[in-house]
Amino acid sequence: MEKDQYKGWLYLLPAALFLAAFLVYPLVDVFVYSMEEGYNFASQKSYGTGLYNFSYVLHDPYFLQAVKNTFVMVVITVPLSTGIALLISVGLCSIEPLRKLFQTVYFLPYVTNTLAVGLVFMVLFKKTAYSDGLINMLINFFGGESVDFIDGPHAAKMFVMCLYIIWVVMPFKILLLTSAISSVDPNYYNAARVDGTPPFRIFYKITLPMISPTLFYLIITGFIGAFKEYSNAVALFGTDLNSAGMNTIVGYVYDMLYGDSGGYPSYASAAAIILFTIVLTITYLNLTVSKKHTYY
Amino acid sequence: MKVVLEELTKKFPNRNKKAGGEVVAVDHFCFEVPDGELVGLLGPSGCGKSTALFMICGLQKPTEGRIFFGDKDVTDLPPEERGVGIVFQNYALYPHLNVLKNITFPLENLKGEDKLTKEQMREKAYEAAKLVQIEELMERKPSELSGGQQQRVAIARALVKRPKVLLLDEPLSNLDARLRLQTREEIRRIQQETGITTIFVTHDQEEAMSITDRIVVMKDGRVHQIGKPQDVYDDPVDLFVAKFLGTPPINIFESRVSSGKLLIGDEEVLDVKGVKDGDYTAGIRPEGFILDEKGALSCDLNRVEVMGRDVSVVSENDACSGRTLRSIIQAENKVDLSKKKVRFNLKKNKVFIFDSDGQRVRIG
Repeated sequence: MEKDQYKGWLYLLPAALFLAAFLVYPLVDVFVYSMEEGYNFASQKSYGTGLYNFSYVLHDPYFLQAVKNTFVMVVITVPLSTGIALLISVGLCSIEPLRKLFQTVYFLPYVTNTLAVGLVFMVLFKKTAYSDGLINMLINFFGGESVDFIDGPHAAKMFVMCLYIIWVVMPFKILLLTSAISSVDPNYYNAARVDGTPPFRIFYKITLPMISPTLFYLIITGFIGAFKEYSNAVALFGTDLNSAGMNTIVGYVYDMLYGDSGGYPSYASAAAIILFTIVLTITYLNLTVSKKHTYY
Repeated sequence: MKVVLEELTKKFPNRNKKAGGEVVAVDHFCFEVPDGELVGLLGPSGCGKSTALFMICGLQKPTEGRIFFGDKDVTDLPPEERGVGIVFQNYALYPHLNVLKNITFPLENLKGEDKLTKEQMREKAYEAAKLVQIEELMERKPSELSGGQQQRVAIARALVKRPKVLLLDEPLSNLDARLRLQTREEIRRIQQETGITTIFVTHDQEEAMSITDRIVVMKDGRVHQIGKPQDVYDDPVDLFVAKFLGTPPINIFESRVSSGKLLIGDEEVLDVKGVKDGDYTAGIRPEGFILDEKGALSCDLNRVEVMGRDVSVVSENDACSGRTLRSIIQAENKVDLSKKKVRFNLKKNKVFIFDSDGQRVRIG
């Protein structure tokens, strides 16, 4: 038995070394950075140790804006994208003809480059000297006034941002959900039909519990993904997210490290640790809730 | 409630679209199940018996034909309005619900006047559970039950709405041999206690013979024979039915009839007056052999298997399909193992002859 254990550890060693070097060490390092006040890359020196970095970050209006933005994105995009993906998947699974075609169409955003998709959104939403963008043309057509979605009010920007994120993250969810739904044993549906179960009840009482593991997986990874939102914001609003008022927590970390205001690894680390704490808490909550409602 | 099937037919489009055409799963099935009987649909896999069951249930629409429950035409009614309960081959218990909730599931769909309170549902569920003796398992999840227990839960769920017709699709095929024996008795008991007209599908002839009032032998979507199990066994209408029923299976011989005598090899084994001369296939039930030193049929003795109550003599004959034939004789008859040959006389009522199409030819 003991010999077997030793063997087991031996087999795990390559993976363990890899994880230690690229995951555990950086994590510890970031934690250390976040406690060192005024650390400087060039001189490799810091002034002291303490919680000042956290205090600075938490009082930085840019960071607070980033946190607010991130939370709004999470709260809007995770439920909406999962819900809509679920609806589309149920629809896809209940149609027979053209199902493959629709599946492909819905999957396209997943294989399309983020920045290319961003370009498409520009055409739809951006106001230029020549055009107000396709959406504004529609709004005008119905008698509304043009809205500047990219450089205008915060709410308009947030609307485009969330729409964009939902559109980008949905294909993967649809893919997983359709496969989960179609792998439910049709005999359950037959049994339910013999008992005259109405379709909505079949969905609520049978389909939903049966796909709950996939659903919770998507919700958890959705939360994590949304909290780490950054590249999509850049695709729409460029790299200067702070002045656009659309920065995210990850964007803030990046800016602190390399951006125009860059060169502050300590602040960046502190912000990263805060993000880590938030994600950890939310994931823990998710898992607690899912244990109660998931059937494996 | 009696169930009447009139010219019931189900065709499926061929999966191989290039080949075109249709696959006929059930072909003009006519049958009347008398009220309160237990009927077995019997046939090899793919013979259309499950399709027939699903049509009776309402899960599949017949291409042609009508289905009547009593005098009421239910062909176009959805399953829930027919008053049927069904047990699926893999039971299809909802894995996320406990036994009680599985059993009450059908009741929760009732609407209007039939709507039940929680308490009434519970009461009905316990009533059904008592019938199949699973009251102490009500809080468990299906995954925490054995195969036999799951089976009972499935039956309870099918019975809880007091259906007029109970349908069972291969109810015993997922159970081990001992449990199968036990459960089939159980199904018989439940059926007799409730008096519900029951139709069950099986490919196991022993299962069908042992508990049913009536069996329907099917092959390739067509009904070959309908009757009481013993009658069908004693008097098969064709070669397929003769071969399909009975363990050990019937022994098949190439034979011919010449001037009123049945010949196997060159030996005259039986008088068959009134049968035209020609080549026939003869089937002899294992119990149709009488050990006799001067017997008409001679075979090369292979071995003797003792089974206690009787013995099984395994011997060989060139005319026999597969060469080896198996006869069952009473244990009192001593077989002389030192001899190479063994001779039999035949019981006339255990010998069936069939023409080249496999149709039974009656003897005298």
